[in-house]
Amino acid sequence: MTKYLSDLKIGDQATIQGFDTSRVDDQEFAADLEDRLLEIGFEEGLAVEVLHKGSIGGDPLAVKIGTITLALRKMEAAAIILGESS
Amino acid sequence: MTALRAALIGAPNSGKSSLFNTLTGSHQKVANYPGITVERRSGTMTTDAGNDVYIVDLPGIYSLNDRSLDEKVSREVITGAHESEEKPEVLVCVINASNIRVHLRLVLELKSLGLPIIVALNMHDLATRDGIEIDVDRLSEELGMPVMTTIAVRSSGVKALKEYLNRDSSAYAKPMGQVSDISTRALQKEAGRITKLVTVKEGSHHKMTRILDSVALHPVAGPLVFFTMLFFMFQAVFSWAGAPMDGIEAGFAWLGEVVAAYIPEGIFRSFIQDGLIAGVGSVLVFLPQIIILFLFILVLEASGYMARAAFIMDKLMAKVGLNGRAFIPLLSSFACAIPGIMATRTIANHRDRMTTIMIAPLMTCSARLPVYTLLIAAFIPNDTVMGYFGLQGVVFFGLYMAGIVSAIIVAAVMKATITKGTLQPFLMELPKYQMPRFKHVFMELWQRVRAFLRRAGTIILYAAIALWALTLYPRAPENAPEADIYYSFAGMIGRALQHIFAPLGFNWEISIALVPGMAAREVAVSALGTVYALQGDEDQVAESLATVLQTAWPLSTALAFLAWFIYAPQCLATLATARRETNSWGWTGFMTAYLFGLAYLISFIVNITAKALMA
Repeated sequence: MTKYLSDLKIGDQATIQGFDTSRVDDQEFAADLEDRLLEIGFEEGLAVEVLHKGSIGGDPLAVKIGTITLALRKMEAAAIILGESS
Repeated sequence: MTALRAALIGAPNSGKSSLFNTLTGSHQKVANYPGITVERRSGTMTTDAGNDVYIVDLPGIYSLNDRSLDEKVSREVITGAHESEEKPEVLVCVINASNIRVHLRLVLELKSLGLPIIVALNMHDLATRDGIEIDVDRLSEELGMPVMTTIAVRSSGVKALKEYLNRDSSAYAKPMGQVSDISTRALQKEAGRITKLVTVKEGSHHKMTRILDSVALHPVAGPLVFFTMLFFMFQAVFSWAGAPMDGIEAGFAWLGEVVAAYIPEGIFRSFIQDGLIAGVGSVLVFLPQIIILFLFILVLEASGYMARAAFIMDKLMAKVGLNGRAFIPLLSSFACAIPGIMATRTIANHRDRMTTIMIAPLMTCSARLPVYTLLIAAFIPNDTVMGYFGLQGVVFFGLYMAGIVSAIIVAAVMKATITKGTLQPFLMELPKYQMPRFKHVFMELWQRVRAFLRRAGTIILYAAIALWALTLYPRAPENAPEADIYYSFAGMIGRALQHIFAPLGFNWEISIALVPGMAAREVAVSALGTVYALQGDEDQVAESLATVLQTAWPLSTALAFLAWFIYAPQCLATLATARRETNSWGWTGFMTAYLFGLAYLISFIVNITAKALMA
């Protein structure tokens, strides 16, 4: 079963394997989501750790990549495919 | 030698604005690019050798993909395609030393354009503190362009860069090497390769940031901290500002009297005293509140907390289709909608920005307070409810909430209809926490204060003069039974309006007061004082006015009047700001129409409901 960034719990770590923007309902939104994710710092092969989640429905998420912290919505995190935890 | 033209470019959180502030000091201009609402910041730096360098600070962007206006303007300026901004001769690309893997991509993308580039490896001190070590010479070699380390918040930290900019434009060379594939993925790959090569030590996540975030972003403690901070901020805005506001009011009253002593009684004195001084004074009195509010916002922003506030608010804002980032402009609107509307510039998406501007006037600004205070004092008994809360306080809180709830509904309706469109990603970096540099905070504060003062000196001044004339002419006949204002143009307009306002329970006195109230909401209070022919200073007027109104108005009218003030766009300055920031008469018209429409509808409902209940 494929795992996505949105599935992780606080404190979980994993490696980014790729992107699947077709998982986002809004196709227009999905169109340049991959580019946007890449631009802000999500990239294949990088280790990611979930640091915090919002109070309502665990949304949005704050994740650590290298030495930076990034915030994104669950819906956006659902498009990030994870590999085996490193 | 003519001044060198340089452009600063860099991603959000690269410290670009700090670098710009340190390089140019107070020699900067903030304006808009013509026809659009992207902020244009430019300034002049003088090198130690005495040469001038013209610097334009381009908007913070991750790439030149033309997805937002910011990206589009930046591309146009850099390629020389912009109609009013001359093509820069050299680019200074600012990158954050703690995040070069991401920021180098923009450097590589810029390299493909062929302009000379200098890389400013910024926040070098913070990166070193976290144990990050970068081989600067190697980086320069790999990129084929000069790289300098900078610490933007200190003038000693930009010395080398300043020195480097002290030469003739012909002295700068194009970057060495070529970038062939400029797709995001290819650029990212190359940036990753270079990052691996030049990183001597990777460093660790900032410890303090981690500790602070474990509280600030905690699902329970986070919102608690956030709302406590908001509460404190409002307390500060409304209580600390009290004394200086009284001082400003007294100052203008004194100025009016001084003028009166030197100018003989007549039209000219009235123009200076009642038109100019009173008109401008009624707006300037909000300056202390605006300063305190902006001080809070700027400090929170400079410390890195604002991004966390957006994080906490995002889920709630998303429910009405807005972004967490729209929260800050709405917060500012509680002091005054004008700085709030200006602060929407940080929202990249046009539709989101328009929605935010449209609902900003529904936040209860401080100009409504004198009106609310007067009517609550006059009509709401000072009882306690549930044994603890004062009824007056509850009504006050209710008026605030009515504004917020209405804003939520309006935003939701707009997002479902006229501003319908693709969702906007929330994706953002949460920067490291840092101590705000007070010099920079005060510089930014001054810019905002100056913008507010400039408006008070122009549009608000004209409006005040126009309204003064409307309330004065034509003169009342001798021994007229009614107050002078009854016979003036304002009176005529008010009396005509009364036919429209009758269903709301408004009498002609109220209708007249609404006309000068267009200058600023609280002017309605002094206008009511004029109509009911009261004498004395403002406090005396308000006090005796409360007594007069108790007998002159039924409760239903008072409640309808309060409801009117929640919604009505009774402020020309806000409409003028909306016109400038939306750059559209259509949006301005829409705002005016929907706010008046809601005001009328809700006041009408309140009036008939209150009448029915009392009957």
